[in-house]
Amino acid sequence: MSGGETPPVASREAIPTVQTMRTSQRQRASASRTLRTIRRRRIKNALMVGLLVLAAVIATLPLIFILSHLMVKGASSVGWAFFTQMPKPVGEAGGGMANAITGTLILIGLASAVGLPVGIGAGLYLVERRGTRLATVVRFLADVLNGVPSIVMGIFAWQFLVRSVGHFSALAGGLALGAMMIPMVTRTTEEMVRLVPTSLREAALALGYSRARTSLTIVLRTAMAGIVTGALVAIARMAGETAPLIFTAFGNQFASVSLDRPIAALPLQIYTYAVSPYDDWHAQAWAGSLVLIGLVLVISVAARAATRARFDSGGAD
Amino acid sequence: MPPVFAVRPLAQDRGRAELAPPPRKRIVIEHLSALFGRVRAVTDVSVDLPDKWVTAIIGPSGCGKSTFLRCLNRMHETVAGATIDGRVMLDGRNIYDRTVNATTVRKHVGMVFQRPTPFPTLSIRDNVAAGLKVLRDGARTEGTTDETVERALRRTAIWDEVKDRLRTSAMALSGGQQQRLCIARALATDPEVLLLDEPTASLDPLSTLKIEELVYELRKDMAVVIVTHNMQQAARVSDSTAFFLQGAMIELAPTSQLFTTPGDPRTEAYITGRFG
Repeated sequence: MSGGETPPVASREAIPTVQTMRTSQRQRASASRTLRTIRRRRIKNALMVGLLVLAAVIATLPLIFILSHLMVKGASSVGWAFFTQMPKPVGEAGGGMANAITGTLILIGLASAVGLPVGIGAGLYLVERRGTRLATVVRFLADVLNGVPSIVMGIFAWQFLVRSVGHFSALAGGLALGAMMIPMVTRTTEEMVRLVPTSLREAALALGYSRARTSLTIVLRTAMAGIVTGALVAIARMAGETAPLIFTAFGNQFASVSLDRPIAALPLQIYTYAVSPYDDWHAQAWAGSLVLIGLVLVISVAARAATRARFDSGGAD
Repeated sequence: MPPVFAVRPLAQDRGRAELAPPPRKRIVIEHLSALFGRVRAVTDVSVDLPDKWVTAIIGPSGCGKSTFLRCLNRMHETVAGATIDGRVMLDGRNIYDRTVNATTVRKHVGMVFQRPTPFPTLSIRDNVAAGLKVLRDGARTEGTTDETVERALRRTAIWDEVKDRLRTSAMALSGGQQQRLCIARALATDPEVLLLDEPTASLDPLSTLKIEELVYELRKDMAVVIVTHNMQQAARVSDSTAFFLQGAMIELAPTSQLFTTPGDPRTEAYITGRFG
């Protein structure tokens, strides 16, 4: 194909004509054009891939930076004592945040007890009864509620749950966080349940499953991995919320697990310590931040493992 | 408009002399129309579906054959705005009677869809057992759940392929295996009727062959209704074939008769490939 001198064997004419010469020159020109195009595309491709890698790295940079900084500043103060001891008064070295860690766990538990069932139920409703007026209204309100600043949520909870009873309480804090969780969980549940194909619902219905049973077993179970991930994001965010707790859980310096009394929480303790003028309290604040991030990490890893291991268990009915 | 031919099977056809015609009627459909809102998808169809008999439904896309099938186990009404008119008698009882529960009907009339639909979160065993969980009268199936599961999987000739991994995900199976699993799931509850909605449309030729052999076997135990795009398939597996066009049943005849000497010029035009 390359030389214009040798005509194709099958050609009827023995001598290369002007026609064939022209054709082969044109072919050569177009071949080099193609080569240039390919080279240009390769360069463009490499450039774009490079940009994407850069964006991916930048996206994780804040986390790497935060974690490394916390390790440097806080790791030295995180020891066994930090998890087991109560805060010590200023001037006395050591001490821990046992009460704040317990408090945060209790508050998250309360918030989840309210936020998860209501949120998942509402999310399921939005998909199973989509198109109804109530679903449209609920979806809109959930979006609005999602956008309500957490400090407003705190003041609201203070007005109804603290002022009405006359004192701060863990319950008020947990309910405030739970109310914040509801719209987050609702929307992620809706997104995940919507991904469950109609064919799967039909398969269950065709087996004689009622609509309710189809939703609650087949559909919900299929979407569960995604819902758990969404719930974890919500829980992790609630673990770090400070504003709604200022007016509700209030925080304290002593050990308390009573739901009816003020309760300590990691973010509150971190805040109190960080704005104080004492160096050892600052160190404690860094340590608290590290523990808070570690807590969130542990929760998500544990729950992910729980959703993954489903075929080894639960066979018998 | 639709000339309704009575089912008069020719048992001597295709070496099926062992069949005693005419078998008992399992489903009797009287003036069935199916609507989506105000759009009529199936118009005034009357037909009898015999027991221990395979009835194939053929016709061009959008002719209402799937909709018709979905009326037989009340799946049609699960679509918003979908309604029916007429009667569908299952063993002498109208399944659309106000006293009859749709979920009850579906426990007696199994269905398999175009694409395999194993439940992704359940193991192979639990997929097959899924229907048993909602079966109220446990008396309908003998033995333990495991025995029932094994029986269903043996019936669909997939037992040997999955017996060592019953507790693993059903999603790891091939498309053909998944479809046979879905048929096993439908069979586990011992339905009287099995509805197949283009069960091999998404499968390779070998898997298709296995499903067709399976349908041929099932014919010994129950009434089977199969919707198919594939006329060769209808000819291979069915005892009688119905031709649908624009929501109406144009012709119903013993399969060999319909494909050799169709009674309606439109049927002839379709099976000779002149449209559709």
